[in-house]
Amino acid sequence: MNDIALVIPEATLLAFACGTLLVDAFLGRRNPAATFWFAVLGGLVVLAELAHSVPDTIRIGFAGTYRLDVVGAVLKTFIVALVLVSLFYAREYFRKRGVSQGEHYPLVLFATLGMMMLVSSNSLLMVYLGLELLSLSLYALVALQRDSLQSSEAAMKYFVLGALASGMLLYGMSMLYGVTGTLDLPDLLIKVSVAGDKRLLLVFGLVFVLVGISFKLGVVPFHMWVPDVYQGAATPVTQFIGTAPKLAAFAMALRLLVDGLGGLAEEWHQMLILLAILSMGLGNLLAIAQTNFKRMLAYSTIAHMGYMLLGLVSTRASGYAASMFYVTVYALMSMGAFGAIILLASRNSEADQLSDLSGLAKRSPWFALIMLILLFSMAGVPPFAGFWAKWFVLKEVVGAGYTWLAALAVLFSLVGAYYYLRVIKIMYFDAPVVSERPEAGQDLKLVLSVNGLAVLALGLMPDMLLRVCLDATLSYPPWQ
Amino acid sequence: MISLAHYLIVGAALFCLSVAGIFINRKNVIVLLMCIELMLLAVNLNFIAFSHFNQDVAGQVFVFFILTVAAAESAIGLAILVVLFRNRSSINVEDIGTMRG
Repeated sequence: MNDIALVIPEATLLAFACGTLLVDAFLGRRNPAATFWFAVLGGLVVLAELAHSVPDTIRIGFAGTYRLDVVGAVLKTFIVALVLVSLFYAREYFRKRGVSQGEHYPLVLFATLGMMMLVSSNSLLMVYLGLELLSLSLYALVALQRDSLQSSEAAMKYFVLGALASGMLLYGMSMLYGVTGTLDLPDLLIKVSVAGDKRLLLVFGLVFVLVGISFKLGVVPFHMWVPDVYQGAATPVTQFIGTAPKLAAFAMALRLLVDGLGGLAEEWHQMLILLAILSMGLGNLLAIAQTNFKRMLAYSTIAHMGYMLLGLVSTRASGYAASMFYVTVYALMSMGAFGAIILLASRNSEADQLSDLSGLAKRSPWFALIMLILLFSMAGVPPFAGFWAKWFVLKEVVGAGYTWLAALAVLFSLVGAYYYLRVIKIMYFDAPVVSERPEAGQDLKLVLSVNGLAVLALGLMPDMLLRVCLDATLSYPPWQ
Repeated sequence: MISLAHYLIVGAALFCLSVAGIFINRKNVIVLLMCIELMLLAVNLNFIAFSHFNQDVAGQVFVFFILTVAAAESAIGLAILVVLFRNRSSINVEDIGTMRG
């Protein structure tokens, strides 16, 4: 009974996900809005339950496989809130393109359930199950546009590379299990620190586990799927993949590397430095060459995930908080950027080329301004939220004694600023290809405006979110 | 007597074969799906061997979960393959490449 109390939000979400499937099957044909509103209702109920479930201590249940702690509760709240917002964008997109895809909503809810399991996992088994529930839903979401060649290709690539990565992750887990004899993350933490001469085997396992994490985050050299999936999938699916699952991937890194393999921090923090440098460099450089806006944002994601890793490199509680701040702010920014593509989309155009943005300032000055805020924020220009995200992360890197790494990160972000500014130039100084105002429903306009202004507000008052992140990671590192 | 090392070597060999299969294969997407299955089976072998030699049943429980997930995974993989074949009329790996850059 006590165990069930731990998972009330997850259980509710599962019930609503199944319910959404039924609603879509029975009412979806005649009334597509019913599925959407049922999914939104589910999200709101789960959000309310999560707000009531923030624990003061770490609580563990289900034979040690599941845990409820502050960082988990906060991340789950963020994830569900982001998913809820993305549902509104998705609805508008389907309305504009004139397709009704009721399957989108239950799949999104199942993916959210997977993310929540991943965030709350306390054993290798639960990490794997949460990850697979998330990934399998995402593969299906990408393939959902059945008549599009691009999206079925993207789904196939995502599937094969994703399955390869989870195979690698499992192989690493089997090594960790073999050496320590346990699947439990806290147990693993203790046994790793007394491994002695078996440490080399553990590092062997660690490398495989890190491959799995890197793939999920989409950092170089495990980024091959990111551009194709971002470009090939329908825009709301791309938007979904680019927001909440990034938080889940951060949680996965935190659970596996810090909660489980904290004893190997010396080894993994060097590997993370390498991954971060490669992602920041390659992501920012390749983004310059893109003409497709979604593909450009994909490379920008790769670069951003590199910056996010910098916070983990410091291996301190404040560093984890900085990473958490970064990934949350990033999710908000990319939500808005993909939202702008949905705003511009019309019945016969996906509007995902950079040229589709040209002259946006003349067509819709307000949304050009919102887009300006988002792009400046992504580039890391003060006073927007993205600047503080980079600032906190770099402060941690310098604090950990890697001044050269911080300098390198700043250099790469200068390279990155070029392609963000180029988009702004296209919006403000290029002549518009079409002259009419972008057509969209009032709800999309409201959500997108709030989204952009939230990035501005977070930039003016970053303390509140930072406070939440710092409080959430107070119990870290767990070995102290 | 077959020792733990023997099992691990077989597991590692199967794992390497499956990874090689994924990267070297240039012909058929179905072969990729087979390689993915083989990879999960190699991991299962590892888990069972460790579980037996560590006298701990958790590894075998993990294997049950992996088997179940693998079934779901191949179902989704084959479904995506069918969608791809309808759009492209080919399941040749080299034909999958309209997006570049």
